[in-house]
Amino acid sequence: MIPFVDIDHVDKVFPLPNGNHYIALAGIDLTIQKGEFVSLIGHSGCGKSTLLNIIAGLDQATRGGIVLEGREVDHPGPDRMVVFQNYSLLPWKTVYQNIALAVDSTLKHLPKGERRGIVEHNVDLVGLRRARDRYPHELSGGMKQRVAIARALAIRPKLLLLDEPFGALDALTRGSLQEKLMAICEESHITCIMVTHDVDEALLLSDRVVMLTNGPEARIGEVLKVSISHPRHRLEVVNHPDYYNLRNQIINFLNQQKRANRARLLAQKAA
Amino acid sequence: MVARIRQSSPSAYGMSHLVTLFQGRFRKILAPLAAIAIFTILWELFSLTPDAGLPGPITTLQETWYLIANPFFDNGSMDKGLFWQVLASLQRVAIGYAAAAIIGIALGMLVGANRFMYDALDPLFQVLRTIPPLAWLPISLAIFRDSNPSAIFVIFITAIWPIIINTTVGVQQVPQDYKNVARVLRLSRKDYFFEVLFPATVPYIFTGLRIGIGLSWLAIIAAEMLIGGVGIGFFIWDAWNSSRMSEIVLSLIYVGVVGLLLDRMIAFIEHRIVPNERT
Repeated sequence: MIPFVDIDHVDKVFPLPNGNHYIALAGIDLTIQKGEFVSLIGHSGCGKSTLLNIIAGLDQATRGGIVLEGREVDHPGPDRMVVFQNYSLLPWKTVYQNIALAVDSTLKHLPKGERRGIVEHNVDLVGLRRARDRYPHELSGGMKQRVAIARALAIRPKLLLLDEPFGALDALTRGSLQEKLMAICEESHITCIMVTHDVDEALLLSDRVVMLTNGPEARIGEVLKVSISHPRHRLEVVNHPDYYNLRNQIINFLNQQKRANRARLLAQKAA
Repeated sequence: MVARIRQSSPSAYGMSHLVTLFQGRFRKILAPLAAIAIFTILWELFSLTPDAGLPGPITTLQETWYLIANPFFDNGSMDKGLFWQVLASLQRVAIGYAAAAIIGIALGMLVGANRFMYDALDPLFQVLRTIPPLAWLPISLAIFRDSNPSAIFVIFITAIWPIIINTTVGVQQVPQDYKNVARVLRLSRKDYFFEVLFPATVPYIFTGLRIGIGLSWLAIIAAEMLIGGVGIGFFIWDAWNSSRMSEIVLSLIYVGVVGLLLDRMIAFIEHRIVPNERT
């Protein structure tokens, strides 16, 4: 079966100002099926966001590439919509106008009335009907992220890429947005790749958790299949028999990475 | 229980009342008025010293009352009321500044968006912008020969540099986040310009415009002193040649007030276009 997304032996090398090179990613190989929700987890600076940017087409792999539905990805596009960590809402546009910008620029072939309907539907979907005509500076962090998600979903992308979408939010808001995202993914069977720090979030939302080793030359360390059945409920999923087992596997992996990193630093100092 | 009434002397009461007045909601009006009053008193005192060349406020008011009371008189040629003088200067500013704004914003956007243009033209701009307005006047007169277009050109060449440079910076400072959004949505060039680039640059453009209007007003007064004709600058110079010091003082006050109003006008337009929350 041809995979939906094929990340094929991706390397990413950054040239440094002093002439050296920094190998961020080395040989990332991953395939993702349609409708899957995959989390990328790893320590800070391991290259998760770099990988996500390459998948989105915002950055190019130094070697290897990304194939989406049989077509190579080399530049960004609305079929791989990104929900950025910093929301990236245009501050001079209201909630409605921010979503409408995405809809109007990518769904040009649809009549105006239908486009308007799509925007309104997505405003309601994330529960922002009352804030429809407000500007980003009048919104809380959670509301801004909801706008970013609505903007991403409104254009029905093939692939939804989320870069630590809930990282800047408090626990309560994060929880409610996670549930909303889950509900939307259930309903529309959208394929998602999410970068996160939060182990519990990864377990709650994903079908598979991909763990990256630390940079430089980060690779895929382990891939964990989360066998908890859908629909999952945030407050109940912890009661699943496999939950803590899976959680410990991820934590152990991350601890292992931390120790390996420390050992490597000591070895470098000794050299 | 016996309440003790605080006995304060009448003068103390008056003093505290005065202080309260200054702390109240009229502070924004009373404080500057107080400062102006003190300044005027100092000015009068200075003018009363022997050998002071400057007339005091009372003298100025007496000698220029005709001009203050009749701003609209027109006796032909250059003998016109102060309204017409200021208007003539403003007209020159309007033309020169408008040209500087349009060409400056356009050029600034081009230079900001295109790395090659920036590398090529920025050094040239940095040199040209340091040339004082009046230094352009001889060249301007040589090109245009007529005094009016020369003055307008001087305004243009003075105001254009801050407008270009600030616009360029604005274009270069568009946050990468917004550019990424535009890239993912594959916005057309036209959409990118109107939906992302231009709105992001507008605050910077207005900074340039405000600096530009200030410099324009500065330049026209100076230029008019040299080229003559109807205008508040020449009016000042003419008054100097006839030793009518009070008229000079009055003109300076008018020039300052008009300059302030011009700056406020740009600021007002800016607040209408750019709601002031934006980060």
